Order: sequence, then structure tokens, then C-alpha cells
Amino acid sequence: MTKHTNTQKDLAINGAKISRRDILKTAGVGGVGVILGASGLGGLLSLKEGNAAATDKKDIIPFYGKHQGGITTKTQNHVYFVSLDVTTSKKEDLVKLFKDWTTASALLSEGKPVGELSSNEFLPPKDTGEADGLSSSNLTITFGVGPNLFVKDNQDRFGLKQKQPKELVDLPKFPLDALEEAWTGGDLCIQACADDLQVAFHAVRNLIRIARGKATLRWAQTGFQRTKQADPKEATPRNLFGFKDGSANSDVNNENQMNEQVWVQPGDGPNWLVNGSYLVVRRIQMFIEVWDRSTLKEQEKTFGRYRDSGAPLGQKDEFETLDLKKKNEQGEYSIPVDSHTRLSHGDGSQKILRRAYSYSDGMDVKTGSFDAGLLFLCFQRTPSKQFIPIQNRLAKMDKLNEYTSHRGSAIFACLPGAKQGGFIGETLFN
Amino acid sequence: MKLLKVSGILLFSSSLLFGCANTDKTTSTEKVKETKNTATKALDGVTEAYREYAIGEIEEFVKATEAFTTAVKNGDIEQAKALYGPARMHYERAEPIAEVFGDLDPKIDAREGDVPEEEWGGYHRIEKGLWVDNTTKGYEQYADQLMKDVNLLRAKVDTVEVTPDLLITGAVDLLNEVSTSKVTGEEDRYSHTDLYDFAANVEGAEKIYQLLNQELEKKDKELSKEIQTRFDEIYSLLNQQKNGDGYKLYTELTEAQVKELSQAIDALAEPLSQLGMVTEAS
Repeated sequence: MTKHTNTQKDLAINGAKISRRDILKTAGVGGVGVILGASGLGGLLSLKEGNAAATDKKDIIPFYGKHQGGITTKTQNHVYFVSLDVTTSKKEDLVKLFKDWTTASALLSEGKPVGELSSNEFLPPKDTGEADGLSSSNLTITFGVGPNLFVKDNQDRFGLKQKQPKELVDLPKFPLDALEEAWTGGDLCIQACADDLQVAFHAVRNLIRIARGKATLRWAQTGFQRTKQADPKEATPRNLFGFKDGSANSDVNNENQMNEQVWVQPGDGPNWLVNGSYLVVRRIQMFIEVWDRSTLKEQEKTFGRYRDSGAPLGQKDEFETLDLKKKNEQGEYSIPVDSHTRLSHGDGSQKILRRAYSYSDGMDVKTGSFDAGLLFLCFQRTPSKQFIPIQNRLAKMDKLNEYTSHRGSAIFACLPGAKQGGFIGETLFN
Repeated sequence: MKLLKVSGILLFSSSLLFGCANTDKTTSTEKVKETKNTATKALDGVTEAYREYAIGEIEEFVKATEAFTTAVKNGDIEQAKALYGPARMHYERAEPIAEVFGDLDPKIDAREGDVPEEEWGGYHRIEKGLWVDNTTKGYEQYADQLMKDVNLLRAKVDTVEVTPDLLITGAVDLLNEVSTSKVTGEEDRYSHTDLYDFAANVEGAEKIYQLLNQELEKKDKELSKEIQTRFDEIYSLLNQQKNGDGYKLYTELTEAQVKELSQAIDALAEPLSQLGMVTEAS
């Protein structure tokens, strides 16, 4: 609202000039009196005042480090995930983008704006401002690169072809996949997680703004899980089917386990990705109306766990080791052969680090049902030995497939972390 | 965005839909004033040149509207349809100036629903007649009124004081118009000639950029280059949608093309929004 064109209809309100157009834009609200702000200079908030009180050190997850944040970081309350198409054809633009993103992300992680406010009122503020005064909320920003960044339509777009890891290729088509173009693929991704959705959105918005002219949004999805406020004991979160999800997840505090399952190790492939990881994203619609009318027994047999306690069927405790051999009185396996739990476990040799969030995007306009489900995010060292075999088993016979549909899918290599003074992607681009 | 008349419609209230706090603007305001003063002098020639450009476009608009309204009154529907899109381009190029006249702008350019039905006239009213009712009959009075309003606009335009502010905000506003109503096909919802308005808005913004460029290059050569590149990209996309001398209909665009155009506007408007640095002392 810094515009004051020399309008004949400029009005003075509280001593501030507001142009005809500013007022008119509010007129559509139906005659209700709405005037935007106190005015002419409304954009000039003092950033110092705005942010001083805000940041509490305990809410900060350092951006720089051996690995990127947002992978083994304890799952925050919200995610804002975006997939991007790169529109520039110059490698130097891409490198500049990652440098600018790194600088901005380091600031954002500390709850700071992406740039200082200029005293020139004819310029838009560098930071969009909606996180002024908010804490950093454990914000993590994780960047990844997709297969098409290396080769697209047989073109070696940025001279990176030689560097493409064998593991970084489009996922195979799984049985029952109902993927939609609008939710699939991408050259780059940004996963912003925070305990506050406004903080996460602010981060993504500013990063996308920095990317204008170089990359554009391809698709975007927010996600949530129960918050720390709602569940101070931090029990295993429940998905939108009401079941505990993540009981058997890997232990992020166990470094050996993470090195074995999540972090790319020297010798795995090209060295640039060492200390990085592979992210698989699936947007899985859940037919919650259908689920809501199936019996509790049916629901529990579908998952292979009790809804209430999260314990495997036939067992007592949520965290008990699955007893896949156990049979019930009818002589059937307690955990059914087509149950989600049994199939995802397999022989136990394939593990992935799940970091999923629920999503709810209002109504599916075609059916009038909820458009809700799971933004399934998982990290791993070798997709061909981890996500792919697991998903193949699930897609073939998981009973849960009756209640879900995979609408979106993408794979990204999440770059190793950056040192202070360096930038994300340095090992790939240099 | 075509809008309503102000008077009598709005109640001013402190309960806000989009609230803004009362901001403390002591120190920064002082600085702003300094920069502004420096700017005004350095940009005197530019504002004068823009005034000439805008007046030139409005003069062309008068002629084009004359031809258009004559066709309507003569009942020559095909001719009227053919003249509609191109005629509007002159207005859309000079929009930062034309819009200054808060009373005339809605009379000339209001879309259906922007103003009460009984007050609705101008280009879009006739557009509806031509493309929806498929007639010029009954629209002669609208044509007469439109011509009067456009003549009045020409007479008034000499009185506009062009300031650097008007140019700086005007350039981005032109693109914002594209983002919010042209690229969505809402502007020319009956004729679907939105791409004419789209192109004209971009041309109008480019004119401002060109005029300010000498000053901009002194401040930031890279930025100037980037803006030019982004303009070139938009023109290249628009050129793909040419149909003879004019443009394809909005309804002939694919969803992917609309998205591509929209994102190209964003990519241009972002660096263009830095034009304000020309107001800073060198």
C-alpha cells in the first residue's frame, strides 16, 4: 500500500493517503467497511522491533551441518512441501539460485527475515513479513534434486549427466498407481518443516520468490500431524484412519542405523551425494468416507494392529517386535497375510525412515468427498533396495489399497549439508 | 482490475478484514522524503516523456473508439467485433494514466458486476451485446455514451501530473492486472480477446521500463538486463499465440499455456518491482 497516485479521489484517512484503487479493491466485499491499513507507509515496519523478541534459541535447528536438517530431525508439527520445475537453461543461474537459497535458508532457520528493509519506499520489502515476530519454530528446509535436472527429453540440461546417480531415476510404475501429472515429478524440491505452518509457508514463499525467473512451482502440498501442544507426551501420531503410524520407524538417534539406512555412504554412487539421502514422496488419497463405514474388526485386520493401543494383532504392546508367526484360535495368522503391517515389514531386511504427514485439501470437487490423505515422505540410502521392494509388495496385495489411491509421486536426491561459507549443492555443481 | 465508484459505497471502519497495525514511521519516513526529492529532479525528463506517450495512446484510443462505436451504430457487427480487441489496446497501454480518472475509468472499462446494472456501460457492455446477444441493436446509446466518455478522457488527460511514483507503481500494476484478470480470462469474458489486453499491458509496462532504464542502468546494470530478458521471454510466448495481426482467443489456450504465461509474468514482475531504486541518489 505504498501507492499514492495523484488521484483526484485520494482520500485522507488518519492523515494517510490512500489511493482510489486501494479503496476500490476493498469494495467488492459487499459494502462492509474495510480499509486496508493505516497507510501510505504501512510497509515500513521496523524489522528490528519485529524480530527482537521473537526467537528463542531452543527453537532453532542450525541450517549448516554435515547433513541437511529435516531428515533425521524430530518431526515438526507441519510441512510445506513444494516441487519445482527449473526454467532457466543456464548452469550459472542454477548455482546462483542454490547460493541465494542457502543464504536465505540460514537466516530463515534462525527466525530472521531474508533481507533487511530498505528505507526506499518505492521498493517492495525483501522479506514478505508474515513471520515477523514469530519464533523460528524448529524450521528446517531441505533441498533435493530430481532425475530430470540431469537429463530431460534426452538433453543433458546443465552438463550434469555424468553425475546422475543410478538410484536417481523415476520410480517404476507400481500396480494400482493412479498418478496424476499435476502431483508428480519435479526438477527440485523444497521440504520446509516447522512447528508453525505460517513459519513454514513463509520460508517456502520467500524461497520461491527468490527463484522467480529460474524455477517455477510445479506442485505444492501442506501436511500436518498432531501438534506437541495437543500431545505433550508425544505418543506415536495417528493417521487420518485413526491408526498409529510410525511405531516401527527407525531410530533417528542411532547413528549407525542412520548411516546404514538413510545417509548415502562413500562408494554408494557419485561422491557428491555422500551424506545426502534419497527422498521418495507419495501423495496418497485416503477414502475416509469408505473407511468410516467399515467395521473396527475389518479396520484392524487391514492394518494388522489394534486401533486403540497400536499393538500388533494378537500382541499387547505397541512397540513389541512383530510376531508374524503367531496364529489365532481359527488357526489363521493373527496378523493377516494381506495386512499393511505384515507386508510393509516383509522379512524385515528393508527399512526406510518415514516422515509422513497427513494432508487435508478441502473437498474433492468431483465427488464431494474429502480430499484428504497422507503426504508420505520417506528417506533412504538406496531406493532400489528399500522403498521400491516394499512398495511393490504393498501395491500387489495390501488390503489397505481398497481405501487409498496413490495420486502423486516423486523422487529426489537430498543434497548433503553445507558448511558455513559454502552452499547447498556445492558438491554437485562444482 | 475494473472497479466501482467510491462515493457512498464504503463505510470506513477500524474493524478490518485485512488488518494493519498503526505503524511507527518516524525515522524511515524522513529518509524516504530525502530520496523522493532527489528522484523527482533526476526524473523530470522521464515523466514528461511518459506524459507524451500516454497522451499519444489516448489519442489513438479516441480514433479507435470512434471507428468502433461507428461500426456499432451502423449495425456492422463483424466490423465492430474486429475492432474491439485492437481498440482496447491503446487504453490498456496507458492504463496508469487512464485509471487516474476514477469517474471515467469505470464508465469506459467496468466489467459486468463491477457497477450496478443500471450504471453499466462502456466497452464491456457492448462486448456482451456483440458476442452474447449477437446484435448491435439497442447498443447505439452505449456507443454514444462511450464516445463521449472517451472524448472527455482525452480532454482531461492533459491535466494529469505524472510523477515518478505513478510510473514506478504503474509499471508493476500493469502486470498485476495481467496476473489477476487477463491471464484468468476474466477481462474479456464474452469476446475472449484477453490476449490483446495482456499484450498491451505488457507493452505499457515495457515503455515505463525503457524510460526509466537510463537511470536504472546507473544503479544496477544486471537488473536492467534481467528485466529486458524477461520482457523478451513474454513476447516470445505471446508471439506463439498470434493469429494473423492479432491474437488467438483465450479459450484456445491450453491450461499449460495459461500457466506458462502466468509464471512468465511473475518472473518479470519480480525484478520489475525493483524499479523503485531509480529514485535513490546516485
